[in-house]
Amino acid sequence: MSHHIVEFKDVYYTYPDGTEALKGVTFRIHHGESVGIVGANGTGKSTLILQMNGFLLPTAGTIRIGDLQLDKKTRSEIGKKVGVVFQNPDDQLFMPTVFDDVSFGPLNMGLTIERVIERVDEALRTAGCYELRDRPPHHLSLGQKRAVTIAAVISMQPDILAMDEPAASLDPKARRQLITLLKGFKHTKIITSHDLDLILDVCERCIVIANGKVKADGPAREILLNQQLLDENNLELPLSLQRR
Amino acid sequence: MLAFDKEYFNIGFLDTLSYKHSFVHSLDPRIKLLTTLAFILCVVSFPKYEVFQIIPFFFFPVFILSAGNIPLKFILKKLLVVSPFVLFVGVFNPVFDTEAIYSLNGFVISKGWVSLLSIMIRFILTVSAAFLLIATTSFMGLCLALERMKVPKVFVVQLLFLYRYLFVLAGETMRLIRAVNMRAFDRKNLSIKLFVSITGTLFMKTIERSERIYQAMCSRGFDGEIRLLKRYKINFTDTVFALATITVFIILRKYDITNMLGRALG
Ligand SMILES: Nc1ncnc2c1ncn2[C@@H]1O[C@H](COP(=O)(O)OP(=O)(O)O)[C@@H](O)[C@H]1O
Ligand SMILES: [Mg+2]
Repeated sequence: MSHHIVEFKDVYYTYPDGTEALKGVTFRIHHGESVGIVGANGTGKSTLILQMNGFLLPTAGTIRIGDLQLDKKTRSEIGKKVGVVFQNPDDQLFMPTVFDDVSFGPLNMGLTIERVIERVDEALRTAGCYELRDRPPHHLSLGQKRAVTIAAVISMQPDILAMDEPAASLDPKARRQLITLLKGFKHTKIITSHDLDLILDVCERCIVIANGKVKADGPAREILLNQQLLDENNLELPLSLQRR
Repeated sequence: MLAFDKEYFNIGFLDTLSYKHSFVHSLDPRIKLLTTLAFILCVVSFPKYEVFQIIPFFFFPVFILSAGNIPLKFILKKLLVVSPFVLFVGVFNPVFDTEAIYSLNGFVISKGWVSLLSIMIRFILTVSAAFLLIATTSFMGLCLALERMKVPKVFVVQLLFLYRYLFVLAGETMRLIRAVNMRAFDRKNLSIKLFVSITGTLFMKTIERSERIYQAMCSRGFDGEIRLLKRYKINFTDTVFALATITVFIILRKYDITNMLGRALG
């Protein structure tokens, strides 16, 4: 299948204030792959994720998602294929209750009411937050908010899931649940994280970004064992590998 | 605690109350809105010097308060905060309106005092009813009720977003003020310059956030219309509640129950 491929070709991105965040990024992610994106702070990981479904359009270079090349015209079509989970859940949960938030996408897809409710229930259960459905987002903890954002994204049944630091500030149990959830998601996954153990657990492939460029790209087990590479990028060996 | 924190937790508490479960909470928001409006209308429409006939109306807030499990202290505090304004409205009545209306063993009460008392009672009734409505109905419910009552959708959606981001913005402001306070030590008032820069920071943060929210909405298929699932249905209990309370309001408004009771007993 070719339609779940994510391909970046020499992508540049400069913010309006002149900050060059991406300086020629190239990679190709195949259908069903799960890829971790790691790197020091401010190297452009979040910028990269925001390109995936057209929040930001590259200043130069091309991005292909499946058969579509990302541009102004295709961004809404691509937006339906790629579900992006932002770093800050408050930016993404904009409706007054969890249920309304998760149903927002499916309702806009023109499904019948019964189908919408079915999908919402399913997504809430998958993300492990069914019992929160009538709560307003501002009554939730960060981990709960994160689970709801994930439910909101998977309720649209995207082909590709892109997440920006999903494990940041989660407690160990919430983190474990997240890992289980991610492992259960069979489509293409792209995850940025400083939690290298999570990457090791969930992703088979790992891309290291440094200074807006791809520094290394290969099997997660190899990359995350490369002490020198990790040191150069302000990263540390995953805890599970340190004991060896 | 900082003053701002306190206000924040206050609104938060009102909001938390509205998510409790009770008979009153489970009534259809439209019904609650309707009965509260009818209640306020009845109370406000009494003549200027009426006191005794208004008193039985206390049954409504007392009922909502107890059936809705709302702490009395909370409502009393709210009343206390607003009361200076009302006092101000009525405080000159005794001065200007000195004609006698009652006299008890040579002790003369002027019309002015009676009208002040009447204003205070009405105020307590209407304000507590309004607060109880908010405390027993989630904001979302109220908005949905407004929408079903044909208030323009744009307006309702604005309110919903306001509600959703009020807490985010308030939380952000709270953290910012805390951070400033932590490093401003005991300097009591912030300088104008600092105030301007804090407001500026908040403004920029808000703009950036709204952009991200808009993007998030678009990525979930937003096409200019917000679709809300209707989930409230007026059922038998709602109808009975509305009919019963409004009938009682009308009876209490038309007939002087206190007087009749007094005569029947005496
Ligand atoms: N909205 C913005 N405007 C200008 N520059 C930005 C903006 N967002 C991020 N940057 C800059 O772009 C670079 C990459 O940022 P980001 O993608 O957020 O990094 P990461 O997520 O890897 O920490 C940083 O130098 C950052 O300062
Ligand atoms: Mg980032």
